[in-house]
Formats: sequence, structure tokens, C-alpha cells
Amino acid sequence: MQLFLESLFNGVAIGSVLLVAALGLAIVFGLMGVINLAHGELMMLGAYSTYITQLIFKQVSFLKPFYDSYVIVAIGIAFLVSGTVGILLERTVIRRLYGSPLETLLATWGVSLILQQFVRSVPLAYASGLVVALFFGLFSPLFISDNLLSGTKSKLIRSCTWGFSALLGVSTGGILSSLVSKLSRSSARNVDVTAPSWMRGGIDFVGITFPKTRLLIILITVISVLVVIFFLDKTAWGMRIRAVTQNRPMSDCLGISTETVDIITFGIGSGLAGVAGVAVSLLGSVGPNVGGNYIVGCFMVVVLGGVGNLLGTILASFSIGIMTDLIGAGRLLTIWPDMPSPLASTIDFFATTSMARVMIFALIVIFLQFRPTGMFPQKGRMVES
Amino acid sequence: MSIFSTKKSWINLTIWVLIIALIIAAPSLLPVFRLNLLGRYLSLAIVALGVDLIWGFTGMLSLGQGIFFALGGYCAAMFLQLNSSGEFPNGIPEFFGLYGVEKLPFFWEPFKSSIFTLISIWLLPAIIAGLLGYLVFRNRIKGVYFSILTQAALLVFFNFFNGQQKLINGTNGLKTDVTQLFGQMVGSEIMQRWFFWISAILVILAWFFARWIVRDRFGNILIGIRDDEARVRFTGYNPVIFKTIIFSIAGGLAGISGALYTVQSGIVSPQFMTVPFSIEMVVWVAVGGRGTLLGAILGAVLINYAKSLVSEALPASWMFIQGGLFILVVTALPEGVLGWIQKGGLKKVLFLIGINKKLETYPSLEVNEQGEVKS
Repeated sequence: MQLFLESLFNGVAIGSVLLVAALGLAIVFGLMGVINLAHGELMMLGAYSTYITQLIFKQVSFLKPFYDSYVIVAIGIAFLVSGTVGILLERTVIRRLYGSPLETLLATWGVSLILQQFVRSVPLAYASGLVVALFFGLFSPLFISDNLLSGTKSKLIRSCTWGFSALLGVSTGGILSSLVSKLSRSSARNVDVTAPSWMRGGIDFVGITFPKTRLLIILITVISVLVVIFFLDKTAWGMRIRAVTQNRPMSDCLGISTETVDIITFGIGSGLAGVAGVAVSLLGSVGPNVGGNYIVGCFMVVVLGGVGNLLGTILASFSIGIMTDLIGAGRLLTIWPDMPSPLASTIDFFATTSMARVMIFALIVIFLQFRPTGMFPQKGRMVES
Repeated sequence: MSIFSTKKSWINLTIWVLIIALIIAAPSLLPVFRLNLLGRYLSLAIVALGVDLIWGFTGMLSLGQGIFFALGGYCAAMFLQLNSSGEFPNGIPEFFGLYGVEKLPFFWEPFKSSIFTLISIWLLPAIIAGLLGYLVFRNRIKGVYFSILTQAALLVFFNFFNGQQKLINGTNGLKTDVTQLFGQMVGSEIMQRWFFWISAILVILAWFFARWIVRDRFGNILIGIRDDEARVRFTGYNPVIFKTIIFSIAGGLAGISGALYTVQSGIVSPQFMTVPFSIEMVVWVAVGGRGTLLGAILGAVLINYAKSLVSEALPASWMFIQGGLFILVVTALPEGVLGWIQKGGLKKVLFLIGINKKLETYPSLEVNEQGEVKS
């Protein structure tokens, strides 16, 4: 029983990282049929945001008393950072490529290369300054009244907002680099996020120790999933997103601004990648390649779960997580010690993390032989085309 | 209809003359190091041809060609290692000793024969590609799903090869530099010159082969599958068979390419199966021109040459350039450079500069002084 619980917990912990990472990918894929290969790099940005937030909380005197709560602030910041970059990506690249998903795949791969190299060769302080500038440049028009924006001086006002945000960005970069010397130089080395004191150690329960970081990640995942479900099911924009997912031309005819829906969805999907980045940064060191380790797992979740159904995504990520733990740690052997020796040696052969991936892929391909469109396929006439 | 009758063919012919002249001139012009690089890139052009067949003509974007590429490389490398390991203990390659393996694993036994190796270099990847393809195509998995699955398969193979020290030397890979072939060191200058010639000839043969495939009805069906698979199915063809065949052909080409690349770069390792490398293969084709076989060759050779030159001069900037190239080609030049030229892109540039005048093709309306159309 104890073994079973421990295995289940480990599986759920692995699965919840996958889930929060795949959630954004699945929503975007369901809506636009776009596979975003830069999703891993958006996670990486989230992880770096956590690192920067942590450094700021450590260095700035009036934030120091709140150091222990930096993780919570980091989640918000990571969401905004990745969301901003995601929206920029949608506006500049992906919007031109609707209807050709394979091209989008390649273009987003190009974006991911640029983002990786960007983090390596630009000092983090100025990189965050750039993100701040983008954030205000993209969002400040929302807070100016429409009369001004559509009036005769609209061009002037728009360029004023961009100039203002550029100024903000430059000053953010300058302030950050003078405050935190670690951020003022570019470095390709991996960085480490240290968990605050209340997250170290574990909780003992029925004889098993649950690490607190893992518990926090599960909590983050649960909250993000609940928020996403609430947003999609209960809000007006959520309803529009669901409508466009089901039938884009029809929604367009009924007066839904599909363009805005695309922006919002892509922003939220990218923001969720940022949140996943926070979770990832708590598990290991953060480097430019950190996203690449998770991205294929996320794809498998999307393929296994089917499109446009959150339940499928959730089930798929937990089953992949639990299977990874069962196979990778060779738990079947401990649960059933006296199994026949050929079977035991096979299981032993697959009992490493990398071999577990091999096994899981094989299982997924076998599964797809029976359910080619995943656990919960989309139904209707639109699906085939 | 002669193949040199249209204008498109004249462009192709010019490029071919240039390529062949370059290939013949290269050994005397270039230092050995550069020649070796050119030879490697020519061998990469073969895998690019395969990618062009499945992506440019059939519309399936495979992000896993690295699997077949590396398999071909492993076959060639193991043959070389086996045939020059007589003086090592037990008569098996040296690395086995490091992991306490005393007997050659059974599946490597046949690789002692050169004929078996020469066949398996292309047949083994082709069979694996066919199997994988059949399982995927049978369920009508296509588009982005197919791409993701091939990428996942690539990662699986990478993990497998990375972890198996006892069978294939894991992360370290198999070295071919110091092995012997025909009494010569494989890494020696004279052998490398030979490999350059072999690569050059095989590229041209592979081009003829690919052209032969796409020229007839078979090629038409492939293009049909790319443009509307459902309609091809309704017309009475079974797309699964055609897709499987072309996918395994591309796998075989990748295997040949991998073997040639391995003997010229001196090592085969799981690094051949990393995700970026396989995506790069697609980009060579995208830049050169999808659906133009020549474009694939040009893309592979030129981009790799540019890559080596740029990374020598400015190591950090290649990633930026490559990423930018991806985005640029996909958004601005979806047909690739060669496709753009063939569709009259150069003429358009001339119009823009103002050298050529546009012909009046549309009857202009007669207008009076007020700008109204005369009735």
C-alpha cells in the first residue's frame, strides 16, 4: 500500500509538470491547429523570470522581508513575460501562417533558436527591460480611450506610447543591471533557483515523505487547471474561444472577432508555459535548453489526449507521468518481486529514465493503432479537413 | 517533349553545369580540410533529396530523418570497426572491452561481410522507415500529428542509442577515423579524396533516381496526396501504400547519406539523432526550394557551407542567422529560393528596380479629364 501510494505520488508529480506545460500547448493547438515548437522556450523564459525575481527579492532592501513569498510573485511575472512574448510571436509570425500548420512548425522552431541564443548572449537585465518595453507597448493602447486612438492624432499617440514604453524598458534594464550585478553580464551558464526555506524538506504522511516542492508544483498545476476551466466555461471570452475552436468560419459569421480570440488564446497558452517554467525552475537548474527536455513530452500529451478537450489532456499527462515512474524506476519489480525471470529482465532493461521514454513511446504508438485521434477525439464534419 | 525545352529547364541546366564544374574543380582548388567539408555537405544533400521527396512532393513533414541517417552511419562504422579490430582482445572492437563485453552481440555478426553492409546501409533504414510509416499512415495520422510522432520517434531512438554502451558504445559513438579499409586509414587524405568523389557521384545518381520517381504517374499520385489526400483516396488509390513506399525510399536515401557522412566526419554518435539536426534537414529543403529536387541539393550544400564559414568567424551569431532564415523563408519565400527563381522572381526584382518595363496586359479604360470613365 505504501509502495503504491509512493509510486502514485511520484507519477502524479511528474504528470503535473507535464500537464501545466502541455495545457497551453493543447489549448493553442485545439484552437488554431498550430503546434508551437517555441513552447519550450516560453517555459525557459518563465524559468528565467523566476530566477530574476528571486535575485531582485534578495538584493532590493524593501523587498527583502518578503523574500519567502517570491515564488508566488514569480508565477505572476512569468505568466506576463511569456504571455507578452507569445502575443508578440502571434502578431508578427504566426498570424501570417494560418492554414499552413507545417510552416508554422518551422517558423516557431526558428523563433525558439533565436530565443535560446538571445538568453545566452544578451544580459538578463536588458532582456527583461526589452520585455517590459514590449509589455507596455503592446498593452498600453488598451487603456487609452478609443476616441483618441481613432482620432486624427492616432499615429502620434501610438508612437508616443511606444516611445514611453521604450523609455520604461531602458530604465528597467539600467536599474536592474545596477542593482543586481549578476544580471548585467551575459552568460551561457546554467543558473540555479534556490527554493525559499518554507519549501525545503517534506511532509511525512503514513510513513512516506512528500517533498514540499513537488507538492507546490501539484498545487500550481491544480490551480492553473481550475482557472483555465473556469475561464473557458464561465466567461464570455472563454465561450468565444470554445466557439472558434469548434467552428471558425461560423463563429466569424456570427460576429466573434476571431483575430482577438486568437491573440487572447495564444497569450494565455504562452502564459501557461511561463507558469510551467516556474515549476521547472524549482526542480533543477535553469539554462537556455531547459525547455527542450519537456517539449516532446508535451507533444505526446497532446497527441494522446486528443484535440480540444481538457479532460483528455489531464488524463494523458497523468497516465504518462505514472507510466514513466512505473517503468523508469522499475517499480513493477518491487511490487511483484517473484515474477518470471524473462519478464523481470525485460523490465529491468527499461528501468532508466531514458529507456522508460522508449517504452512509453512504443505504448503510445500501439495505443494510436486503436484510437488514432487520441483518447477524446473531436467529432463532427469539420474534423476530416 | 524534350526536357530542355522549357525555360525552367534552362535554369536547371545552368545550375547543373555549374555544380559539375565545381565538383570537378574542387579537389584541385580546395585544401583537404575544405574538400572534406564539401564532401560531407554533398552527402547531406542525399538526405535532403529524401526530405524533398516526402515533404516537397508528398506533403509529409518528417522531423525524424535523423533516425535513418544515423542508422546508415552506424552500419558503416560498425563494418569498419569490425574489419580492423583483429589485434584487439577477442577480435572485437576495442570499446566492447571497456564495458566487459567479450563476445560480439549477435546482430553485429553479419556486419563483418562487406556486401551485407553495403546492402544494409540503405535497406535497414528503409525497412524501419517503412514499418514506422505503415503503422502511422494506416491510421490516417497526418499533418502535424505525423510531424510530432516522427520527432518523438527520433527522441526515442536517441535515448536508446545514448543508453546502450554495451551494444553500440552509447554517447561516445563509433569512430571510423583510425579504421582500415583496403589497407588505408579511413581518415587519411587519399581515402577522404575518394569519399569526396563517391559522394559527388552518389548525389547525382540520387538526383536521377528521385527524378525518375517523381516524373511519372507515381509522382503525380504523390503530388495528389500532398494537395488533397481524401480526393486521391476517393479516386480509388490507396494513399497508405504510396506514402509508405516514399517514406521508406527517403529512409534509404537518409541511410546512404549517413554512411557517407560518417566516413567523412570520422565518427557516428547519437548526436546525429538530435532534434535540431533533423529539423535542419527540413530547412535545407525549405530554403532551396520545396518540390524542386535541385533546390534540396543546393540548399544542403550552400547552407552548410555558410554555416561553417559563419561559425568560424562569429560563433554566437549562427543561431540568430539560422532562426531568422527559418522565419524569413517560411513567411516571405514559401517556395524556397530556387522555386522563387523558377516562378520568375528575378524578373520581379528587375521590375522593382525599373530595368524591365511591365507589359500592359490589361486593357486600360479610357478616361476623360475629370478622371471619369468614358461610356
